[in-house]
Amino acid sequence: MSNNGKAELTGALYIDGDHAAAEGAIAAGCNFVAGYPITPSTEIVERIAARFPGTGGTFIQMEDEIASSIAIQGAVWGGAKAMTVSSGPGISLMMEHIGLAAMAEVPCVFVNVQRGGPSTGLPTLPAQADMMQARWGSHGDYEIIALCPNSPQECFDLIIQAFNLSEQYRVPVMFMMDESIGHMTERVVIPPYREIPIVPRKFTARPPGQYKPYEPEDDTLVPALTKAGQGHNVHITGLTHDERGYPVMNAVAQDKLIRRLVGKIRNNVHRIIDVRADGLEGADVVVLSYGITSRVAMRAVRMARERGLKVGCLRLVIVWPFPEQVIRELAERVKVMIMPEINMGQMVLEVERCAAGHCRVVSVPHAGGTVHDPTTIFHTIMEAAG
Amino acid sequence: MTTTSAGMQNPVEQYLRMDRIPHIWCPGCGIGTTVNCFARALDDSGLNLRNLAIVSGIGCTGRVAGYLNFDSFHTTHGRALPFATGLKLANPELKVVVYSGDGDLIAIGGNHFIHAARRNLDVTVICVNNFNYAMTGGQVAPTTPQNAVGTTAPLGVVERPFNLPFLADSCGAVYVARWTAFHVRQLSKAMTEALRKDGFSFIEVIAPCPTLYERRNRLGTSLERMEWYRDNTVIKNGADTRECDITFQDQIVCGKFVDRERENLIEATRAKQEAARTR
Repeated sequence: MSNNGKAELTGALYIDGDHAAAEGAIAAGCNFVAGYPITPSTEIVERIAARFPGTGGTFIQMEDEIASSIAIQGAVWGGAKAMTVSSGPGISLMMEHIGLAAMAEVPCVFVNVQRGGPSTGLPTLPAQADMMQARWGSHGDYEIIALCPNSPQECFDLIIQAFNLSEQYRVPVMFMMDESIGHMTERVVIPPYREIPIVPRKFTARPPGQYKPYEPEDDTLVPALTKAGQGHNVHITGLTHDERGYPVMNAVAQDKLIRRLVGKIRNNVHRIIDVRADGLEGADVVVLSYGITSRVAMRAVRMARERGLKVGCLRLVIVWPFPEQVIRELAERVKVMIMPEINMGQMVLEVERCAAGHCRVVSVPHAGGTVHDPTTIFHTIMEAAG
Repeated sequence: MTTTSAGMQNPVEQYLRMDRIPHIWCPGCGIGTTVNCFARALDDSGLNLRNLAIVSGIGCTGRVAGYLNFDSFHTTHGRALPFATGLKLANPELKVVVYSGDGDLIAIGGNHFIHAARRNLDVTVICVNNFNYAMTGGQVAPTTPQNAVGTTAPLGVVERPFNLPFLADSCGAVYVARWTAFHVRQLSKAMTEALRKDGFSFIEVIAPCPTLYERRNRLGTSLERMEWYRDNTVIKNGADTRECDITFQDQIVCGKFVDRERENLIEATRAKQEAARTR
């Protein structure tokens, strides 16, 4: 691709979601990407490889996804803003290092352009079947944040938010695209970079000897960062550790650390979540969706509305942490919640948990390979409205 | 690594996290000896130690990062080198040392090892080879000599082990040496030389694991092992690394085998970008 050597691309472009995500990462200040080729995400690293010489960033194609997923963490400790990019099989290989990023509190972004699975599955066709993996794929208890764009424009806009959230909470952030979004070409408007809100890394102001990498310096539960070469002589480990980063092998240290790691997200769910509602007032039936499926769901909802039904729409833009309170309150107001997703029923389990029997919850599963036929969702709406 | 009496300080203490001592290594373990050599090499290296970063993987040697008072990273099993790759590329001013064991660097991390050497990533790799997985209780490794026993090969190893100097050499390392925990002066000097290289430098250190490898194979105490190293190593500087295989209880070839120059990854990248700009 040609960028005319410009570091900053501003204006209206006609690009696909993969390219838009790469541009969004650059606009967010990402200056280190490690990746490994895998369909349908490869175009992201190709654009990064083409653009970084002009922006001053460093791209490296590593020997596998395991290496990519830890090279970015080395880069963060070297002071970079970093991401890696992959799809199903590669993301599965990265799981141990998502846990390391959660444990060592390394702000970084993992892009997953989802394809059909399991195993090699459908490399060139879409799915949304990695949603639970994104949340629970690594071993142990931890929290992450996951965003789901539904257009190339959102690939640009939301990946900036993904970087911002990773910095704000010092967590790995999962950017959950899918093959449809990745390869969908639409108009993408890139504002002047100076108008884009960026959350800068919170570096410690403490001098060597007084800084502890895992001691929050304010009331946020999120410790300030440093980078190698500042004289702080930090020790960073994936072992359970104290505020100094030193390994401590007992239940007391584990309890203190895990409660803080989990708490920094759970205590801030109301600040993090992003749901977009449409026509919920007076609706007895609500369609819940995320990512590409939200566009198909909206078509089905319009079809039902044309028949005079009052049907609401709720789109989860940030799926993890799950907007529990929103779903609880909604379940008390409506009769039926319908959830189409391109998997055999993953996020619907969260919806059922939060609805807690207050309303009926209907799954509209899809095994992947394409998006839903909107009439399938439409018929489910009509049946539910009975 | 103990403090000497009455106001005297061990000269390597300044490089250690004394608040983490005592360490977890067994009496007679060779890893502490290598750390001592490393600390002395730092003194001789002339490096700006503020820019020194230590990266380890998992295992007994993987704990080295936690005892050295520098920016130090105890990463995941086998992945010290790709972590170091990101660290070094993000800040080329850093001097990055990967300090880990044979199982970590060569078995689970073997793929990363050959690629880091191939790229000529500017790192110094110190591999303490104790011929087994010690942290988990003495299982065999891809370095265990044929016929030696371990808990996962009670009848003796049938597989041929890696020849680490040959592996590093053939992948393009610019500095390759092997010493034992007995050869402390030579080892310290080799570490100093490796730290001064601008490229992938590699040192294999043969070290005793008296608790597991030596005991299970009836090779005696750590002291007896030192005597064995003294009597059964052959120093051949410049030796052909193809002839540096280790066979069970046979002579071990030690020395500096490779010392050459090759454009490193960062230099090559910068040259390519400069050429593109002026084209």
